Amino acid sequence: MPTFEYAPAPESRAVVNLKPSYGLFIGGEFTESEGGSAFKSISPASEEVLAEVTEASSADVDRAVAAARRAFTGAWGRMSGVDRGKYLFRIARILQERAREFAVLESLDNGKPIRESRDVDVPLAAAHFFYHAGWADKLEYASLGSNPRAIGVVGQVIPWNFPLLMLAWKIAPALAAGNTVVLKPAETTPLSALLFAEVCQQADLPAGVVNIVTGAGATGQAIVDHPGIDKLAFTGSTAVGKMIARSIAGTRKKATLELGGKAANIIFDDAPIDQAVEGIVNGIFFNQGHVCCAGSRLLVQESIAEEVEARLKRRLGTLRVGDPLDKNTDVGAINSKAQLERITELTAAGEAEGATRWSPECELPSKGFWFRPTVFTGVSQGHRIAQEEIFGPVLSVLTFRTPHEAVAKANNTPYGLSAGVWTEKGSRILWMADQLRAGVVWANTFNKFDPTSPFGGYKESGYGREGGRHGLEAYVTTGDSK
Amino acid sequence: MSTSTAPRDAVDAPSRARDILGASRLTNESLTAWLHGLPGVDQVGCEARAAMLGTRSIKTTSKAWAIDTAISMIDLTTLEGADTPGKVRGLCAKALTPDATDASTPRPAAVCVYGDMVPFAREVLGEGSGVNIAAVATAFPSGRASMPVKLADTRDAVANGADEIDMVIDRGAFLSGRYLDVFNEIADVKQACVRPDGTAARLKVIMETGELVTYDNVRRASWLSMLAGGDFIKTSTGKVSPAATLPVTVIMLEAVRDWRELTGEMVGVKPAGGIRTSKDAIKFLVAVSEVAGEDWLDPHWFRFGASSLLNDLLLQRQRMRIGAYSGSDYVTDDSPSLY
Repeated sequence: MPTFEYAPAPESRAVVNLKPSYGLFIGGEFTESEGGSAFKSISPASEEVLAEVTEASSADVDRAVAAARRAFTGAWGRMSGVDRGKYLFRIARILQERAREFAVLESLDNGKPIRESRDVDVPLAAAHFFYHAGWADKLEYASLGSNPRAIGVVGQVIPWNFPLLMLAWKIAPALAAGNTVVLKPAETTPLSALLFAEVCQQADLPAGVVNIVTGAGATGQAIVDHPGIDKLAFTGSTAVGKMIARSIAGTRKKATLELGGKAANIIFDDAPIDQAVEGIVNGIFFNQGHVCCAGSRLLVQESIAEEVEARLKRRLGTLRVGDPLDKNTDVGAINSKAQLERITELTAAGEAEGATRWSPECELPSKGFWFRPTVFTGVSQGHRIAQEEIFGPVLSVLTFRTPHEAVAKANNTPYGLSAGVWTEKGSRILWMADQLRAGVVWANTFNKFDPTSPFGGYKESGYGREGGRHGLEAYVTTGDSK
Repeated sequence: MSTSTAPRDAVDAPSRARDILGASRLTNESLTAWLHGLPGVDQVGCEARAAMLGTRSIKTTSKAWAIDTAISMIDLTTLEGADTPGKVRGLCAKALTPDATDASTPRPAAVCVYGDMVPFAREVLGEGSGVNIAAVATAFPSGRASMPVKLADTRDAVANGADEIDMVIDRGAFLSGRYLDVFNEIADVKQACVRPDGTAARLKVIMETGELVTYDNVRRASWLSMLAGGDFIKTSTGKVSPAATLPVTVIMLEAVRDWRELTGEMVGVKPAGGIRTSKDAIKFLVAVSEVAGEDWLDPHWFRFGASSLLNDLLLQRQRMRIGAYSGSDYVTDDSPSLY
């Protein structure tokens, strides 16, 4: 037993008032489904049932799109940018006021550590609303083209890894530009979106501007296929992204897709090693590795590979895996049984293909879905664990000898969402950023997000950008009105 | 805690330094190449790591343990021009009985005073109290004096009975790149710590990180101090702001951790100045535990240079015992401000 054993420090659940069951948020009210069924949302850390949630039918989606259309042609569509901005500022402030409630609920439903939901997810979600609130009356000055204005009704489908934050990335720019929204949260993490629906009511947001329909793949498909949708925004897997692209081919619908990644985190021999080790940990073990831009491939210069590996392993020995609601937890639960199975399958493939597997000693809870932080060394480009997105706390370590080799290996993937470069040499950072085919290149840091900075992918990581002035482009149409 | 440890005393610092550097002659050039070859410190990343460590939530049993451990690591300090024998005696009485209402309260590791005050401290502490006497030396706090003066200052404090010497480095020499001068200064003071019987006072090397400014400098000064034979690396005199910060201490903890990997030897760390609350002290202990490792969670290897911190820890300790805050009049204060 360690000398300095941290006693349990659980965040209280009392701040969250969960209802036994939830309807759909359509036209400003929670409504019963028409012909839909129900499913349960569980806590992945304990498999406890948190609430029953509605699986929206296509009739429900139809109602939601109609409500969004009424809002767009009605009060919201006619509203000035200044007034839209006021609503967004109000939502941002309410998110801050209810931050603890959102953080606890997010950790319960998703399994992520409270430290992350409290310090990252919720503050960033509020920041996205604050940032876009400022744009609402300044669209004409954003260099988006002449006469920038809303597109109409936007269908949005978001993933389970950052439920509230992805909602904010989608809804804030859509509303700032004057669109109305039909949003579907992921089936394993619907609860923070339903709490956000309450925030919309609290903010007196006009009915139908935001509609939340819960459900799984079929509900998402109903949104994608609905003829009343003018634009789609999706964050999720590349496989589903391709299906969406096929579904809307030949229609007038615009889309932005933010898909998978297999980012290279590149450590040069002149890197600030201690901070680089932190960056590696933050790159792949943040949010259990359920991060599309996770630094899942560590590319380390051969001359320091052994040293970095030893330091990394020592650091991983101090990671605290366990109860997501404990304020000292660093790594929480895997979000679902299905995801745990995928991670298990891919890591087994890694071993079978000859990579060396290592995990720190740590006890895992007996209930729920858990996976030890895992490092594979001796990985080559041909291994599945170097090519496929694992979306879990699994790091593949590869080595390189020269900057050109690092670039070649980093780019040798169908994905292109993010990359990290660690070196004290400024000129090399700039050169690398220029060479790497990735939407975001972090220099001497990793997994840093800011609403002012555009985020998005190259290649199979999708198209379109979210955040910043670039992110607004996806939510406006320009030129003469027809 | 022993006052007569002599593991590093026997070391001939220049010859060991030549070994570690792989140089036949210890020159300023070889030292510069070695120190500048250490990995850089990314300021943003280092501060983020320290901030993250500061978010650890230490409750109940672990908090009680941390408070007692922190008390036992304090170098209870008075370093004022206005210090008198009376004030030093009061400080020592406080060290012997930190909390008269609870005899289970641990004693601080040491008192830290100017060299001329050591005899008065010894009068009160005697031998075998478990509380060491640390004396600042080498023209503390500025370090601006000639080498003979600094060495005489050190020998005087040791002769007066100091168990530990807190020296300051010549920051001017360090900042102008005269690393060999700083090395020789530390190595010579180390020799001056040796008593006639062959034992030696433990040497703490104050780098005055607030004057070194950059984290790269903190790392280099830490390695230079360890290479020259320092038993402890210490942040500050307490006379310069900023004094002990968490990021600076994290870098020093990384340095002693890596030094042990290189040489097998442990070196202590002492943040000093500006740590006033229990909450802050616990953040430092978290950093010790998670950066250097639990071997350093021991008064022999980690100290807090502080004065008002002790009473805040005692208040927290009383609160955990009786379940309510008492107030500053329920802990004794022998060092109130003159002003």
